[in-house]
Amino acid sequence: MLVYLIAIPLFSAAFLLLGGRALDKVGHIIGTLASSAAFVVGLLEFFAMLGRAPENRAVTQPLFTWIEVGNFNVGATLLLDQLSMCFVLLITGVGTLIHIYSIAYMSHDRDRRRFFAFLNLFIAAMLLLVLGDSYLSLYVGWEGVGLASYLLIGFWNQKPAYATAAKKAFVANRVGDVGLSLAVMIAFVQFGSVSFSGVAEGVEAGKASSLALNCLGAALLLAAVGKSAQFPLQSWLGDAMAGPTPVSALIHAATMVTAGVYLISRSHFVFDVASVAQTLVVIVGAITLLFGAIIGMAKDDIKKALAASTMSQIGYMILATGLGPVGYAFAMMHLLTHGFFKAGMFLGAGSVMHGMNDEVDMRKYGALRKYMPVTFITFGLGYLAIIGVPPFAGFYSKDKIIEIALDAGGAKGIILGGITLLGAAITAFYMSRVMLMTFFGNKRWDSGAHPHESPALMTIPMAILAIGSISAGFIFTMGDRFVKFLEPVFHSEHGGGHGEEEHLLSPIVVSGLALAAVAIGVSIAIAKYGRGKEIPTVAPSNVSIWTKVARRDLLQDDINETLFMRPGQELTKALAIVDEKVIDGAVRGVGSLTLDVASGVRKTQTGFVRSYALWIIVGALAILAAITLVTL
Amino acid sequence: MNIAAVVNNQTQTPEAVLFFILAPIMVLAALGMLVVKKAVHSALLLAVVMVGLAIFYISNEAPFLGIVQVVVYTGAVMMLFLFILMLVGVDSSDSLEETIKGQRIAGVLGSIGVGFLLISLLSRAELGREYAGLELINGEGNVQSIAKLLFTRYVWAFEVISALLITAALGAMVLAHRERILPRKSQRELAAERVRQSAVPVAGLPGPGTYAQHNAVDIPALLPDGTPADASVSKVIAARGELANPAAYRMSESGKDKEEGEE
Amino acid sequence: MALDNYLYLSALLFTIGAAGVLIRRNAIVVFMCIELMLNASNLAFVTFSRMNGNIDGQLFAFFTMVVAACEVVVGLAIIVTIYRSRRSASVDDARLLKL
Repeated sequence: MLVYLIAIPLFSAAFLLLGGRALDKVGHIIGTLASSAAFVVGLLEFFAMLGRAPENRAVTQPLFTWIEVGNFNVGATLLLDQLSMCFVLLITGVGTLIHIYSIAYMSHDRDRRRFFAFLNLFIAAMLLLVLGDSYLSLYVGWEGVGLASYLLIGFWNQKPAYATAAKKAFVANRVGDVGLSLAVMIAFVQFGSVSFSGVAEGVEAGKASSLALNCLGAALLLAAVGKSAQFPLQSWLGDAMAGPTPVSALIHAATMVTAGVYLISRSHFVFDVASVAQTLVVIVGAITLLFGAIIGMAKDDIKKALAASTMSQIGYMILATGLGPVGYAFAMMHLLTHGFFKAGMFLGAGSVMHGMNDEVDMRKYGALRKYMPVTFITFGLGYLAIIGVPPFAGFYSKDKIIEIALDAGGAKGIILGGITLLGAAITAFYMSRVMLMTFFGNKRWDSGAHPHESPALMTIPMAILAIGSISAGFIFTMGDRFVKFLEPVFHSEHGGGHGEEEHLLSPIVVSGLALAAVAIGVSIAIAKYGRGKEIPTVAPSNVSIWTKVARRDLLQDDINETLFMRPGQELTKALAIVDEKVIDGAVRGVGSLTLDVASGVRKTQTGFVRSYALWIIVGALAILAAITLVTL
Repeated sequence: MNIAAVVNNQTQTPEAVLFFILAPIMVLAALGMLVVKKAVHSALLLAVVMVGLAIFYISNEAPFLGIVQVVVYTGAVMMLFLFILMLVGVDSSDSLEETIKGQRIAGVLGSIGVGFLLISLLSRAELGREYAGLELINGEGNVQSIAKLLFTRYVWAFEVISALLITAALGAMVLAHRERILPRKSQRELAAERVRQSAVPVAGLPGPGTYAQHNAVDIPALLPDGTPADASVSKVIAARGELANPAAYRMSESGKDKEEGEE
Repeated sequence: MALDNYLYLSALLFTIGAAGVLIRRNAIVVFMCIELMLNASNLAFVTFSRMNGNIDGQLFAFFTMVVAACEVVVGLAIIVTIYRSRRSASVDDARLLKL
């Protein structure tokens, strides 16, 4: 049964691509049906899983023996446990909603069928990623989502800038993929196996040294950093907004960028014993959290602001996964709630763009709430969720993360707690800024803009996601059921699930602190962008140095360019010169040397017999001299 | 005392004297052959060298070879050279100027180098035993011992060389042969040619005119049409302007003799 | 006097012959210098036969003489033929075989 989850979208993708223009009229229907079929299968699996006892909830389906070389055996087996289940439902559920949204959003596009084929391809690859039972199967899915991301970001590849953005995303991902390859190799060398169970057993048996485990953890972290756009490989996420909005919603908000979190969670047995790697995880998460938040404050492009927000929220998740066994479950919870509200907000942004003639600059928006009410309400609910207002989803998941950050103990706890609270405040600020600039204030539209509400096929998925934003958090936290659901996965010798230790600060105090931070952020935003305030339609240039730096993405592109791109270009140029002058020169040099030598030697053929006789005598002289020297 | 005996690798005194007289002559002749301008002189100097070599063969207990050297080399080969020199042009001599740049110096240096190395190698080489001399072998006579070896061990080489001789003679004939393309001129044709093309008439030049009163060499004879013939008088006399005029000696119509004062 | 002196004389004559081949331009004089070289080696043969006490050296000298004679015959015939067609006996005039 599990194989259908992957097979249906995959075959649909192949069918749509191979079918060509003939399927243009029905392509979107087929794609959406494939995605919904996968969702139905996922639901069935979910209910079957709930019907089993917690110890038996994981199921595997071996498909075939993939690699059998010497003592390296890798089977193509599908594993569905509670962790994968969360992802399966998220991917297929949100995926299907976005398919439905895309029917309307891409209705004017000539290549809509190809778009749906790529969306299906993505769903299939992502499902393979989360259903694989070994690092190698995960890798196949990993590469697949990278490919799908490239194809979708560069969907409108008539614009060179978009194609370049797709390449940038792929290359940044590739850097991270080196980490995954290294991890597979280290796992094989240390444990003789690359499957999750094999590695877990090996770690438990203590087969690997601490250094090896830390290296393995660091390699996995590198992979996660690349895929989830964390520091230092975060530069591609902003440019990835060049793709159509449904792509941003599905891939760069809900699913692909969360694959890194999945990888780290799946490898919990490694990180629980590799403390150095775990610390690195926490550091990366914390840095990215603030990085994304600071960038988000200065962005005028609505999609880029949301992308920065995604970067920051995933930083929260990564931070949580680095905080020990208890953190994985909360990271997963935040991942699922984030999937709801971020995807919803992206779809809302798409709806706004759709109504405003694809204008993305928020400085050209304003007072849209009267003209797009449904969009306003769904976007607003997502906004409330992300900043962490109770009783919406973000409040529960984010507060839990702040709690366990503070509980990490000692100075580390205080620092992490402070960073997460600061992040919450900044998130509140820039998300309020987005809301205020888009839906409130005065009309700052371009001439010729007539905003209108989007069709039903777009608003219904947004509404469903908004319901998720409202309720998901509450449902998950009720009776700790989410944590208990995931406990069999993360349960290990080194510590149980949610323990009854002393909290540094009681949860109420933490929530109070968080709400205070949110309130501060919102009020600053209202002070700057609220009613009556003049918002210039052109970004002002006499701003502080921090704003300028934040507008340039905290110089991430400039740093990448200087450190890697320019030296690489110079190296390539030097190599080209070497190739031309040295290698080709050597080859040509051999030829011209031969010619010169030949034309020199040619001159000895004078035609005079006496010259030739002279050469004979000289030769005889040489031989005699050699004989004399030898006998000397 | 055996004149040709070799004792302690040294020869007897007479032979030494012969060597030290003849060797310089031969070397000088060879050098002379190199530098003289006329080819015939080179050939003669070479003959000197060859005769000297024949003497050395005889003194080296190889009398047969010495005589053969004189007969074949000096006699036949050098004569052949001289014949060909006559054919090719006995006055042709090399100009002293050298056409190929540096050839002379390089040639001399190269040859000197080769000679130097040869002599140094020879001086270092040792036979490893005492020189034997040919007394024993020549016991029955030099010719007999040569014949003994020639017709037993080297008979195959002997036969091949005789074939070579025959081939060489044939080859020379083939090379020097000229195929006639035109038919050979007979004697009649040769004679007719001679007559037609010669400047001097076959019968000889006509003599000076013979007149009743004058028959000296300075008066020309008359041709049938009455004009004087130029070929009958020496051109020198005509050039000196002392030609006599035949009209002075023609008989007048009255039949009377002219006066002597009208000459 | 040591018997080796004959060998030195032979080497000297050989050298002079070699120099002659390189220096002279008249084909017949060149040929004569070659004959000189052959004779020099004959002298060496005879001296060696005396040194070794067997007659093989003289036999080789004999053969050399015969071969030299044949060579002279054919060589001079060639020179005559060349002279007939080119009217020149200079070795330098036959130099068309060049680049």
